[in-house]
Amino acid sequence: MSLKSNILELRKRKEEVQKGGGDEAIEKQAQMGKLTARERILAILDENSFHEYDLFVEHTARDFGMETKVLHGDGVIIGTGTIYNKPVCIFAQDFTVAGGSLGLMHAQKITKIMDHSLKMRVPLIGINDSGGARIQEGVSSLAGYGEIFFRNTLASGVIPQISVILGPCAGGAVYSPALTDFVFVVENISKMFITGPGVIKSVLGEDISMEELGGARVHAEITGNAHFYAQTEQECFDQIKKLITYIPWNNEERSLPFPSKPPKKSKKVERIVPADPRIPYDMRDIIKAITDGSEFFEIMEHFAPNILIGFGRMEGETVGFVANQPMVLAGVLDTDSSDKAARFIRYCDAFNIPIVTLEDLPGYLPGVDQEHAGVIRHGAKILYAYSEATAPKITVILRKAYGGGYIAMNSRHLRADFVFAWPAAEIAVMGPEGAANIVFRKEIMEAEDPESMRLQKIQEYKEKFANPYVAAAKGYIDEVIEPEETRQRILHALKVSKNKNVSMPRKKHGIPPF
Amino acid sequence: MSEDVNNYDHLIIQGAKYKTTLTKKYKARKAWKLPNQNLIYSFIPGTVVEVLVKPGQKVKQGEPLMVLEAMKMHNNVLMPFDGEVVKINVEPNDKVSKRQVMLEVRAK
Repeated sequence: MSLKSNILELRKRKEEVQKGGGDEAIEKQAQMGKLTARERILAILDENSFHEYDLFVEHTARDFGMETKVLHGDGVIIGTGTIYNKPVCIFAQDFTVAGGSLGLMHAQKITKIMDHSLKMRVPLIGINDSGGARIQEGVSSLAGYGEIFFRNTLASGVIPQISVILGPCAGGAVYSPALTDFVFVVENISKMFITGPGVIKSVLGEDISMEELGGARVHAEITGNAHFYAQTEQECFDQIKKLITYIPWNNEERSLPFPSKPPKKSKKVERIVPADPRIPYDMRDIIKAITDGSEFFEIMEHFAPNILIGFGRMEGETVGFVANQPMVLAGVLDTDSSDKAARFIRYCDAFNIPIVTLEDLPGYLPGVDQEHAGVIRHGAKILYAYSEATAPKITVILRKAYGGGYIAMNSRHLRADFVFAWPAAEIAVMGPEGAANIVFRKEIMEAEDPESMRLQKIQEYKEKFANPYVAAAKGYIDEVIEPEETRQRILHALKVSKNKNVSMPRKKHGIPPF
Repeated sequence: MSEDVNNYDHLIIQGAKYKTTLTKKYKARKAWKLPNQNLIYSFIPGTVVEVLVKPGQKVKQGEPLMVLEAMKMHNNVLMPFDGEVVKINVEPNDKVSKRQVMLEVRAK
């Protein structure tokens, strides 16, 4: 007897199930400008590397006529594959099958691949395209979400978790992406919200479209829920594959080393930065002037653009950059930029990626809205994240480092390993203008010409305190360096920090100002 | 998203004027105003179920002024201080939006 007929039977079954929701539903998906779940997986993974599991899983619902319904794969595809020949776990919700709705078995497939990724210490990529909980399955759907959230939390800081929003992701479903490290969104395709436009309209009378409420741009720019924004699915997949090259596969590995390359930029760093601390420049140019090949892979480009975060390489090794951006809001710290930086610092630390901080900020953003929005607790997140981080921490002060901002931006006092300052750096309790107004208040008020006295006193303060040497005299700065030496100094500091080993007090966990 | 690079604005921090761009979010922030204690605003959109007072009526602090149904809940709107009702802007079955002035009161 031959196995031939059994093999043919298997092929037939596979072919049938792999069609997902069938031709009509696939056609609809295409009309919405979306790829199918299977196409997406194949586009992200190396060619011919995808291996699927649980293809024949069937739902177990027995109410509301569900017992007669066949849902292929129960609306989700799971499996393993490789990216640049390194293994990853992946799942993709299939909107063509019952709108990608999440029932018990659907969730069980997802949690199976999640368990796998954690056990094998490989990254997890989740593609979300789902109408939400499968109402017919009732509380089983909720249980499913809960099991997913729990695993997201367990895996956090152990393996990279990437969420790709390629369709609706509404209600409780949004919390899985929110618990993961990086969220990718695509213009016109991604929609994320807790409560949809329909409910908002009926309850609140506010009329808003899905796009305006929770479209890709909203999450990239306003809410800060998304880290990467793309115009098309293909651009999004390219971003994922690029990100993957920068990050370690798990918290016990280093990221893939690349060949060292000098920066491309021929422009001298000292020519990028104007001497007057009140004149802006693009901090990205500085980062690009010191990284390998002048490459800077920016994260959360559109949210809180007054601070920059992202990855670059230094002699082939991944480095996380945190840098004030004088071009936007003068580079101040505020609620959003604090959240943005703090989370990234914690990401880098969890995966032992060295953190390079480039500092040039006038302080915190003043305003009732900031105070009432809780700039105190949000700002505290940066202090917490830097203080707690044991990954190598290097700071370069380019121009301004005033007051609380100086302390927050990875100062010596928060245990920076190396602090360098450029010769024009102003490290002081506050900017000369503010300080002069307070310290010389009386002299200015009583002067015949208060305005010229004020300018004179500002200059006096500037000469005495607005420089790096007061801080250098106290050892708060290790070295005052010439701008052109920046890359070389960072490289050396990284080399010295390679085996950094510090221990923190034993604790279950800290209580960061979430 | 940051504005056009050529479109620099200014931001004053601790007496120093910085040339920089401003974000949409920053520009959209609302100026803070001292709240008028005499205006009773809706704290949530909803439907007026019942108005329990009349203009000119004296009401003690903590006594209910009206009932506003919102999020499937009947919420009592309470008098914030001892005083009297000046004006009533809503009636039963009215739908109110968030931060709408429903009643005006004044302290005794």
